[in-house]
Amino acid sequence: MIVFVLYAAIFVASFFIVKFVVQTASTDYTSLKTVTFGDESAVTPNRIASVISVLTIFLLWGAFTGSSMVPGFLHAPGPFKGDATFTYTAEAEGVDPDDATVTVRVFEVGTEVDVPVVEPGDGWALNDADTVGAWRSGLIRVDKNDAFGRSEGHKIVAVNGQPIAPGQSVQTEFGRIGMSPKGTLNFEPAKGWQMEPIWLPPPEAVISRLGEIASDGYRDSTLWEHLGYSLFRVIVGFFFGALVGIPLGYAMGLSNWFRGWFDPIVEFMRPVPPLALIPLVIIWAGIGETGKIILLFLAALWIMAIAARAGVSGVNITKVHAAYSLGASKFQIMRHVIVPNSLPEIFTGARVAMGVCWGTVVAAELVAAEKGAGMMIMVASKFQLTDIVIMGIILIGIIGFGIDILMRIAEKRLVPWKGRS
Amino acid sequence: MSGLSIENLSMRFDLPNGTSVQALKDVSLDIAEGEIMSVLGPSGCGKTTLLNIVAGFLAPTEGQVVLNGHRVTGPDAERGMVFQQGALFEWMDVRSNVSFGPRMAGKSEAQWGQNVDHLLDVVGLRDFKEKAVFELSGGMQQRVALARCLANEPDVILMDEPLGALDALTREKMQSLVLKLWKETGKTIILITHSVEEALLLGERLLVMAPRPGRIHKEYHLPFADLGVNADLREVKKHPEFAERREEILGMIWDMEEEIMGRAEATS
Repeated sequence: MIVFVLYAAIFVASFFIVKFVVQTASTDYTSLKTVTFGDESAVTPNRIASVISVLTIFLLWGAFTGSSMVPGFLHAPGPFKGDATFTYTAEAEGVDPDDATVTVRVFEVGTEVDVPVVEPGDGWALNDADTVGAWRSGLIRVDKNDAFGRSEGHKIVAVNGQPIAPGQSVQTEFGRIGMSPKGTLNFEPAKGWQMEPIWLPPPEAVISRLGEIASDGYRDSTLWEHLGYSLFRVIVGFFFGALVGIPLGYAMGLSNWFRGWFDPIVEFMRPVPPLALIPLVIIWAGIGETGKIILLFLAALWIMAIAARAGVSGVNITKVHAAYSLGASKFQIMRHVIVPNSLPEIFTGARVAMGVCWGTVVAAELVAAEKGAGMMIMVASKFQLTDIVIMGIILIGIIGFGIDILMRIAEKRLVPWKGRS
Repeated sequence: MSGLSIENLSMRFDLPNGTSVQALKDVSLDIAEGEIMSVLGPSGCGKTTLLNIVAGFLAPTEGQVVLNGHRVTGPDAERGMVFQQGALFEWMDVRSNVSFGPRMAGKSEAQWGQNVDHLLDVVGLRDFKEKAVFELSGGMQQRVALARCLANEPDVILMDEPLGALDALTREKMQSLVLKLWKETGKTIILITHSVEEALLLGERLLVMAPRPGRIHKEYHLPFADLGVNADLREVKKHPEFAERREEILGMIWDMEEEIMGRAEATS
């Protein structure tokens, strides 16, 4: 909740700051338009906003994980570490209530600490010492070293002077002290607002894990093998999907019989999410490469068939008429009119298909695989290696984005006439 | 026998609701080789249908079209077509568009190169031959379409409102170009238009068609096309007979339009 409020505050504040600090002095055509609200062409992404947006995400990530990449004064309050003390008041049969002090050393999980040394103090209830990890909690049997144990009716009635009973708790400056049903104290050091690394590791942990996995690998395969296997499956699956789908789409766009025959199949298969096919593909083809490639082939097939069909039906009939009047044969019309005219549609379909395939391959690897980006993050999540999970998600995102950019560049190069007829 | 003859052409479309539309009824026409004929008429008079049948894109329900002694059964390189717009191939540059016909016929560049470059000169696109067609203006695109049609050396050129989408100034220049090309190449040209002036200027012979059913209403033989070959078209328009014919034909088309409106009102 506090994160969302902060995020909204940064959004609004940076808007006003940028508005007053940055004076745009350009006088291009768009800046001279007086009507901009409602004119979509006058809306261009504010690149300053984009930069601030990305920085804000990293800032919040760093601030709430206590990252060393974010200056200390920007850190959200961290968990309590150090020696916490509180007093308890105990009662036992036949004696007056007595007070004792408990010193708890709160340490960072993963480091070794010694139990603090304390004076026993006076009275029948003696001072105690213990250790608890930050973000954890620990039961403290304060009665163990007292002169009267539970068999003599030892009972804690107050902490820091505030009464306590089983099921109740007392808030102290170092954290919460609760009492179990059996009457044992349970110390839970203050957690602060930062996230524990097993939930969200700081950015530098993800980066160092990236370096480690890039050089040492994970689960018997290097990082590049994991990513390469995923990409290889996508490319092979997409290739075969396009190889079958495009001619199928052309046939559906050119022949009544093909259109009638394949229409029910394509229209039925199109709305079936490829993820729903994973179980069947695993049953039929197992969890190896064949199964994955069949799945991606099916994911790409219908998209490419529909794109090619749309490409054929998008051919302006006057172009076909013109080509016939210029003496072109059917084959020449296919080669010189229908195919080039449908390329823009096919490229659009290919971009969609590549996106779907990339998503499907990761999902399929989550279910079962020996190598691959999805397998890497799935296995890491089982061992609570959140830094690998986050690293994997970021890499999957970057690769997906990269595929789309490459397709866009190829489209610009190969079909410059797109949208220009 | 050379030349184009249209014999008792009828065209009836059956509509899904059970009625039918008589787009053309018993149209007969002989067009001599090298003649330029313009066709005028209110919307729905079947002039585009007529052109599509001559081009071979539609089969008539009755009658036939005969060119050079054989019956027309489908589109063919002997009948070139210039469309209003959108018929150029965006994936080819200007020169490839113009040379499309000869290339499809399997000719080598040695055979068509000179003629194509000459035509590009004639239509004033010599400096644009490497350009993509979508970079050209509307008028330039239509000049490419004209050159492409001519490069294929058809016997008959069919023009379906080729200048309809152009602005008035470009249109006038293109009209001169059409006349120039007609005289230079001696092709038979059938031109459909909505503009009475254009029909008068470009039609050695002018056909006015009437709607419902589509038929030939009146035919003129005019001197303006010949005059326009060597003179400024604006001078041709000052010819006293030009204004007279224009008023006459405009009145005729107005009457037909009003009759259609009247019939529509009477039935509704």
